Amino acid sequence: MALAEGSEPAPSPAGRPGAVFSLLAAAGACAATVAVLLLWGNIRERKREGRSRLFPVVEITEDTVDPALWGRNFPRQFDGYRRTVDVERTRHGGSEAFQKLDEDPRWRVLFEGYPFGVDYREERGHAYMLSDQDRTERVKKFPQPGACLHCHSAVLPAYVETGKRAGAASREEQIRKGFEIVCALPYAEARPRVAHPVTCGDCHQPGTMQLRVTRPAFRTAIQELARSGADLPALPSVARWRAARKGDYDPNLLAGRQEMRALVCAQCHVEYYFQGPGKLLVYPWSEGLPAESIEAAYDRAGHTDWTHPRSGAPLLKAQHPEFELWSRGLHARSGVACADCHMPYLREGAVKISDHHVRSPLLNVSRACQTCHSYPEAELRARAEGIQDRTKVLMGRAEEAVVGLIGTITKAAGAGLGGDRLEAARRFHRKAQWRLDFVAAENSMGFHAAQEAARLLAEAIDFARQGQVAALEGATTPK
Amino acid sequence: MKGPGGAGGPRLVLGASFGILAGAGAVTFAAGEGLSYFSDDPKACANCHVMGEAWDGWQKSAHHGRATCNDCHLPRAWLPRIAAKAENGYRHSRAFTFQDYLEPLRIRPRNREILNANCRECHRDLVEGIPSGGEEEPLDCARCHRDAGHGARR
Repeated sequence: MALAEGSEPAPSPAGRPGAVFSLLAAAGACAATVAVLLLWGNIRERKREGRSRLFPVVEITEDTVDPALWGRNFPRQFDGYRRTVDVERTRHGGSEAFQKLDEDPRWRVLFEGYPFGVDYREERGHAYMLSDQDRTERVKKFPQPGACLHCHSAVLPAYVETGKRAGAASREEQIRKGFEIVCALPYAEARPRVAHPVTCGDCHQPGTMQLRVTRPAFRTAIQELARSGADLPALPSVARWRAARKGDYDPNLLAGRQEMRALVCAQCHVEYYFQGPGKLLVYPWSEGLPAESIEAAYDRAGHTDWTHPRSGAPLLKAQHPEFELWSRGLHARSGVACADCHMPYLREGAVKISDHHVRSPLLNVSRACQTCHSYPEAELRARAEGIQDRTKVLMGRAEEAVVGLIGTITKAAGAGLGGDRLEAARRFHRKAQWRLDFVAAENSMGFHAAQEAARLLAEAIDFARQGQVAALEGATTPK
Repeated sequence: MKGPGGAGGPRLVLGASFGILAGAGAVTFAAGEGLSYFSDDPKACANCHVMGEAWDGWQKSAHHGRATCNDCHLPRAWLPRIAAKAENGYRHSRAFTFQDYLEPLRIRPRNREILNANCRECHRDLVEGIPSGGEEEPLDCARCHRDAGHGARR
């Protein structure tokens, strides 16, 4: 600019080129000003985000069930929560409801005589937990109790309401009483009492948004687990409670934030059964969390889910023991909670939130894994899928072995085998299938605790083959 | 019609527009706490929130009482120091303005070199005998001593 002006004769008669340059430069300056002001606006916006991340526009109370209302105050979290409708496959799972019985027909034999032998589909995302209950043949063709709603819905208000009508006084008592009553109801009668799948208040305290556990069956079970003396490296607050022993162990009072980031999930991602004619939902943790401790609790309670029509063995059905298997693994021992990988932190502008689009970490490797493991995504995926592929192979062997045992028992019983040898073979069937199903029903294809999963599958194979030996050669007792 | 200044109108417009630009620039510079970036105050590095966790971790680290951000992350010599500051400052502010960066954040190779040089500078007596690893696979102190500067990871 200076050059241009300098090169012009100062008293230019027309003065035109100087004026043009001046105006052009002024236009440039205006454009630059706009850019600078935009930047200024951007800085102010980020600063505002950094200062305040909560804009309460609706009052949230215990009675606010509709997640859309919570979502007005927490739009970022709500956005993620809604995205659990997404359907996406991973190599061994994901959120697409494929029929596992078609994919691997051995499960039809293993679950014969039980609703899972009719319909065994992969779970979809959280958003579908209630509506898929209306679709599964396990609920449509078989009588199920209201107990299912404990985990398939935002059930608390229904418990409170039911408990209130039954005359319970405090909110705590209403929840407990309502829980007992709703568990016993036929499913179709209980279903209209709930409207939403899992929602904000199931894990968050209204007002403070602090994490909390709300599910009555879980609260009873975690107290029992604390009393059991089982090894719980991931829950240091239990160790502290055991040293002091004042009242019952209550995670809402005693557990640290990082523990709560696992315990809120453990409210439902667990092994359970319906106890007695009241169909009371119980988590069998009185002996601890390993598969054989749960088996011992079932044996002690004399619990059997169904009798296999071919082998005549009294069997157990494993549910989805994610919390149990995770707690046996390396990540749990290292203090890594469910939310660290399934709801990793993400940044939006100057705000950091945990991703409420709960999903497989394999669909989100960078945020889920790389925060701690500084290796390329492809390498991390290869590690995780390597564990899963090996588990899958071993699981196939275990299925083969248990199906083999069912065949052997059927044949031997048909040929007139009875007494001790048949009984021993059936006991082996119960033990083998429990271990196989524990790993198969668990939703990580072994990843949550790779070595533990392999151990259980190896034991399943061993027990199945021992059962065949018992049926073919002579009575032995399960060891 | 023309005044004594010749093209008085355009000049006035020119002067005014640059005046406004300078004013807007000054306001934006102040809002962005521009001056703080000329200091060695670690708070300046956490101005824009992205470095929040790095700041938190540093508070809990063994180096907290001994070294600040710039002690480890910038070269010692004056000119390279200013150059590194300018380059990183440009990258960071561009990334944070346009929100187009990848997470988790990872140190870039050039900055890793600077970091390692600073490790070696302070811990010279201890690490003198350790070979640098060469061009192919330079020795990286922070690969093992990940939490030396940034404490617990969460």
